[in-house]
Amino acid sequence: MTASVPGMRKRSGVLRAETINMSHGGGGKAMRDLIEDVFIGAFDNNELSMLEDQARIELSTLTALGDRLALTTDSYVVDPIFFNGGDIGKLAVCGTVNDLAVGGAVPLYLTCGMIIEEGLSVADLRIIVASMKAAADAAGVKIVTGDTKVVDRGAADKVFINTAGVGVISKAHKISAHNAKPGDVVLINGYIGDHGAAIVGARGDLAIENDIQSDCQPLNKLIQSLLQACPNVHCMRDATRGGVGSVLNEFAVSSGVCFKLRETSIPVRTEVRGMCEILGLDPLYLANEGKVVVVLPKADAEAALAAMKSNQYGVNSAIIGEVTDAPTDTVILQTSFGGERIVDMLVGDQLPRIC
Amino acid sequence: MKYVDEFRDPVLAKSLIKQINILVEQIDFAKERPIQLMEFCGGHTHTIFRYGIEQLLPKCIELVHGPGCPVCVLPMGRVDDCVSLAERPEVIFTTFGDAMRVPGSKKSLLQAKADGADVRMVYSPLDALQLAHKYKDREVIFFALGFETTMPSTALTVLQAEADGLENFSLFCNHITTVPTIKAILDSPGMQLDGFVAPGHVSMVVGEQPFHFVCEKYKKPIVITGFEPLDILQSIWLLIKQIAEKRCIVENQYARVVQPDGNFPGLDAISRVFELREFFEWRGLGSIDHSGVRMKDDYARFDAERKFPVPNVRIADPKSCQCGEVLKGVIKPWQCKVFGSQCTPETPMGALMVSSEGACAAYYNFGNLPELMALKAEREKEEALS
Repeated sequence: MTASVPGMRKRSGVLRAETINMSHGGGGKAMRDLIEDVFIGAFDNNELSMLEDQARIELSTLTALGDRLALTTDSYVVDPIFFNGGDIGKLAVCGTVNDLAVGGAVPLYLTCGMIIEEGLSVADLRIIVASMKAAADAAGVKIVTGDTKVVDRGAADKVFINTAGVGVISKAHKISAHNAKPGDVVLINGYIGDHGAAIVGARGDLAIENDIQSDCQPLNKLIQSLLQACPNVHCMRDATRGGVGSVLNEFAVSSGVCFKLRETSIPVRTEVRGMCEILGLDPLYLANEGKVVVVLPKADAEAALAAMKSNQYGVNSAIIGEVTDAPTDTVILQTSFGGERIVDMLVGDQLPRIC
Repeated sequence: MKYVDEFRDPVLAKSLIKQINILVEQIDFAKERPIQLMEFCGGHTHTIFRYGIEQLLPKCIELVHGPGCPVCVLPMGRVDDCVSLAERPEVIFTTFGDAMRVPGSKKSLLQAKADGADVRMVYSPLDALQLAHKYKDREVIFFALGFETTMPSTALTVLQAEADGLENFSLFCNHITTVPTIKAILDSPGMQLDGFVAPGHVSMVVGEQPFHFVCEKYKKPIVITGFEPLDILQSIWLLIKQIAEKRCIVENQYARVVQPDGNFPGLDAISRVFELREFFEWRGLGSIDHSGVRMKDDYARFDAERKFPVPNVRIADPKSCQCGEVLKGVIKPWQCKVFGSQCTPETPMGALMVSSEGACAAYYNFGNLPELMALKAEREKEEALS
């Protein structure tokens, strides 16, 4: 009888539970079943299935692509975990891929740390993990190492995900928030504020129904074709929390310049504008998860715009403003009404007006 | 976007500005001093800054940003009362988002929440009522504030709570009234206002009649105004036209919303639930007679101030803070000593820096570029010298 035991012990884990409980984080068999069945089965790559405590990457694969390593980390706590156009898993991959890509890096590897609240349904977890895999495939990156913790009910909200990412930056690029110069132009790869609007809709606490899709998408391929067309990009950042307004303020202060935006050139969907009108929000501060703000010399603008438009995530790209020398550290919006106003850093959350 | 873009048409704006420019030429005193127009309502202030309207007007027109932001004028002592109510263990304290950051003498509601109080942001008093239904073993207090605009919805919520037989719902009532406040501004010494842009949404509830005294007693023109940029420009044109023609009457620019007699069901709900207080304390303006309402005795069981003890301590505004002078139009926000240095939207000292509808926050966020740049240069020069 004991002769068959080693064979049974080697069989890879299968998770039969319908919800996650504390034993799935206990370090024993239940945890191994969870990791092997849900994560390793889905992510499916050599580095991960070695089941070592760390992923091991040949240095030569990195140095072949450039001269600097890019390293970033981000934690994802979005509420609700499922929304129009994505879920927390897709977000956790796209967000970190984009953080690497906007530095000019080719994203290669991601880590995945999950903090799960007991009671999360295994079916939901599988959906989240499947969207992580799909997003990683779309971006051409691998999720090579991970960690799972389960916490008591109330100690987390359903699931929190942390992803760290590694990429390599080619010698040709020197992209920095400090590099904006008078005469540069500002580009965006499409409609702003979709993610923020989708989340407001999904929360439902404002009794506003909309079918706006989040723009959650990996931007590394778009950015690579932009950089091929125009290697001399000065500044680039993805406009996530705080929106386009906050990113441009960071550029203005770091570079000591003024950004002048034309309200009529900024792409905003009618539905998003409508929602903002009702709630007293400003699309310039709404979150995006697939929008990149690019600052580059005016001479390169048309080539850059064409390259961005040729990518599926940049069809609605537009030139939205330019850089001038004064007043320094300031973002100014030329309103569609004909006036001018300052677009300042947001203080706290964007709150609806009360009257 | 239909029904919005029509009210933001830059071509129409240009033609209105042209008309305004022609009219001001006919006003003699404008050659010696600026024509001062006050927009009372914070919503108007917000639009004026958001669309950069001030810079489009001739230099001789000065817009004075009035006290019509209910969050801004809330005195520190009332915020302390809020915090004390919110910190009671049985209480779920519900509030509109803008009020969360208003500084009290020790802390804001936001800080109280971080320290463990159950403070929740709601978008309507009915949300608070729902919470009261859901948590029967807790007391749900709604932080009621605003002018006549928000009074009907609060009053109807109380009537609904009564109909539902709820015993765990109450109001911390800080509603304020428009007319006594305009009166106090007109009576204060040193005022040199030439006309009023009257609040559109307040008028939607109260109608045109309550504003007649401004023309009859004080001989100032007043125009009830909507909240889109063209609404405001058209009202400024109407006011300037009245001044040029030496007339003063109540005009209703916002006729698409405001009925001459107001909204009867709204007024009825207000009069069933609320009655005037003898006086109410305002941040920056001090105590103004009849400028607030409280709950009638019939509804005492829904009045948080009577249900629970509140400290009710009067706390003076910080000395260096010049909110009062800004509110009355005596100085511009950027002329205040602490503007942009000790007092910013992150660390508001004065009330006007708290809400995006406060005059100082509006200046700080959206800016009046030439003035801000001059201020910046001046401060840099001072720093260089010291």
